[in-house]
Amino acid sequence: MLWKVLLLLGLSSAWAQKLCSPGASDGYKVRLSINSALGDQAYVWNENEMFLFRATLAFAMRTYSDGQEYDVANVVVCDETPRVSFWFVVTSPLDASLLVDKRRVEEAVRKSRSRINSAFLLTDDTLEFIGIPPTLEAPVAPDTPPWLIAFGVVMGGVGAGIVVLLVSSVVQKIRKKRDGEEETGGKTENEAASDAIYNMSFSDDEPVTQM
Amino acid sequence: MRLVFPNPGLDNRILSHEDLDRMEKEEGDRPKWDNKTQYMLTCVGFCIGIGNVWRFPYLCQTHGGGAFLIPYLILLVLEGMPLLLLEFAIGQRLRKGSVGVWRAINPYLTGVGIASMLVSLLVGLYYNTLIAWILWYLFNSFQDPLPWTQCPLNDNGTGFVPECQRSSTVDYYFYRVTLNSSTSIADSGGIHWPIVLCLLAAWTVMCVCYIRGIGTSGKAVYVTAILPYIVLAIFLIRGLTLKGSLSGIKFLFTPDVNELINPKTWLDAGAQVFYAFSLAWGGLISFSSYNPVHNNCVQDAVILTAITGFTSIYAATVTYTIIGFRATEKYDTCISDNILTLLNAFDLPEDNITTSNYETALNHLNSSYPDTVLGLDIKTCDMQTLLSEGVEGTGLAFIVFTEAITKMPGSPFWSVLFFVMLLCLGISTLFGNIEGVVVPLKDLNLLPKKWPQEAVTGVTCAVAFIICLLFAQHSGLYWVTLFDNFAGSVPLLTIGLFEMIAVVYIYGIDRFNEDLEYMVGHKPGIFWQVTWRFISPLIVLVILVFYMVTQTQEELTYLVWDPNSEQFPSLALVPYPSWINAVVFLLAGVPSLAVPVYALCKEIISLQSPNCLEDPKNKIELSHKLANHLQ
Repeated sequence: MLWKVLLLLGLSSAWAQKLCSPGASDGYKVRLSINSALGDQAYVWNENEMFLFRATLAFAMRTYSDGQEYDVANVVVCDETPRVSFWFVVTSPLDASLLVDKRRVEEAVRKSRSRINSAFLLTDDTLEFIGIPPTLEAPVAPDTPPWLIAFGVVMGGVGAGIVVLLVSSVVQKIRKKRDGEEETGGKTENEAASDAIYNMSFSDDEPVTQM
Repeated sequence: MRLVFPNPGLDNRILSHEDLDRMEKEEGDRPKWDNKTQYMLTCVGFCIGIGNVWRFPYLCQTHGGGAFLIPYLILLVLEGMPLLLLEFAIGQRLRKGSVGVWRAINPYLTGVGIASMLVSLLVGLYYNTLIAWILWYLFNSFQDPLPWTQCPLNDNGTGFVPECQRSSTVDYYFYRVTLNSSTSIADSGGIHWPIVLCLLAAWTVMCVCYIRGIGTSGKAVYVTAILPYIVLAIFLIRGLTLKGSLSGIKFLFTPDVNELINPKTWLDAGAQVFYAFSLAWGGLISFSSYNPVHNNCVQDAVILTAITGFTSIYAATVTYTIIGFRATEKYDTCISDNILTLLNAFDLPEDNITTSNYETALNHLNSSYPDTVLGLDIKTCDMQTLLSEGVEGTGLAFIVFTEAITKMPGSPFWSVLFFVMLLCLGISTLFGNIEGVVVPLKDLNLLPKKWPQEAVTGVTCAVAFIICLLFAQHSGLYWVTLFDNFAGSVPLLTIGLFEMIAVVYIYGIDRFNEDLEYMVGHKPGIFWQVTWRFISPLIVLVILVFYMVTQTQEELTYLVWDPNSEQFPSLALVPYPSWINAVVFLLAGVPSLAVPVYALCKEIISLQSPNCLEDPKNKIELSHKLANHLQ
């Protein structure tokens, strides 16, 4: 009995290994760059981390694929390298010999990319799924372009400056003209006064000259 | 013994020394400087321009580093300083702008003033376009992250726009977002409206700063002339604390003595000295004419020369600390990318190849698996190439520097500071430019004399803005380069040569010496005599001849930004269309020929007109001659 169980287990794992191979049509290559991402705080990649990866991927398949109950055993991994890269395939929970279609796997991975990244403290660059390009974040675009605001401030300041300078020169000119008029106006008053004196003296002469 | 051309009637056209003393005491309506500092700051601002930041460091580095300083400083003293003193002294003595001065020396020489005005106008047009680009970058610096750090996404959001992907974010931002460059100068492509707005801002700022002539610009120079020095100091301190800055400085100043034998080094040094002092634009003559008559212009010339030389070296040092930093960053990134490629291809553990054992690892892998390595497209990372790429002109400010700034912490602050400095450098040069355009326009009666200064400035700025719309087209970048190459090179040298010949041989060097003795108190020494008469004109003549010879021999080509060309992302070298020759003649030929053509026209008109007695000058001459004859 025992040998039958062992035989079945051996066969199933061999079978699973055959399903997963480098370059498998329904598989993806994963590459992790833990040292460059975390530097001193890098963790060592071991069996437990691999278990976490398979569990995270099973979670992704459960949530974003057809809702079937994917398990850790459904994610098969092979061709591990010291680089920390490996291939994986996902088998269907109903039939372990069937592989889930590439596109469904890609869709699930894409939608849960941020969850997978954060599980490993990595980013889109350092946890790569070769063949699944990450959906890039659009650059932040504010409603009013900031340069228009700066432009408006500068033009407003400059415009105000022009107005102030023009008004002040006009005011200066008016003031100069007024000062000039007062001077000439003063002169004419003096002339009128001297005329009046002259006239009065002239009229004074009359009673004297009358005989 | 002295060679002087006959110049009748000179005394009638200029004020005598007694008249000058009298006018000094009276309160005239000619504008004056508030104090000596304003005058010196205006001249310093005029001479120190954007070229000190983006032209001199490049010349220094390509022509043998520290060794370039030898020809530069020698020619600064032998070519620049004498011509500087000449312009200062003649303006201060004759108390007129550039057209007025040459007309007073001899009416046939008015062409020199007209040529100066044309050159100032043409250079001012494209220079203000550079200011508009600087304003655009300044306005866009008030955001974090800076807009030239990111590429826009393509349609399905999985990658970047291919033009940006293949070149770089800063290239894309400059050529596509800012300028929206077309692929040739003939392809105008319409007007790019952000540039129109920036041009409007640039001309309005100029208008408000110069609206009352030197009354307002004299106040503005306190900021625009001093601020660049402060900003350069801040950048120097920041630059020296960055990694790789010292490699930049070493690269700049490593002397290569063999370059001293190369004649092109001396030619480039001479041309750079000429442009550095903003000689022959007419602005310096105008500025000096507002000085008191007994101002010590000899001392001013020497001080200004020293300041210009020092600032060139100072700005070059700062520039190369930043260039060194950027080159080091790019080199490190290049090496890391190569290491990553190798690790990925051979599935090696991450710490197998580091920067220290990169070379040995690469050689080992190349010898064991040459085919694989060849197929990997490993880039060669060369520090020298990175230090020498794109470090001149607009490429330096808008591509190299902006990229370096994005790598510094707190980038928006550094970006604002950098572009404010460039703005101040450019505006203070433009003050001299506008002075060199507006004053001749008034002297030539092209603008009515009774218009107030505000109206004159406003009209000039408005007309200039409309002409500048030429540079707001999609092909604007190529027009700016065309103007830069042709409007500001040969005509200036020609005018400078004519100026020296006019003062030394037509005005008379003896009379000039006496004027200086009257103004300053002592005759200029033997150094000035020798340089004015022989050395400076000879140097300028040699440079002019070499320039014309090389320009006419070369085929006219220019660099374009063409995403479809093979050399993309490098700029492609294409020949100009044939109608450009007419434009080049307009830019370079017309100002240079203005001197002989004007003299010729005047001669023809005076020969044709029989009513020479109507001319009041002739009447005075005739009456003097009669009086002498009767005595």
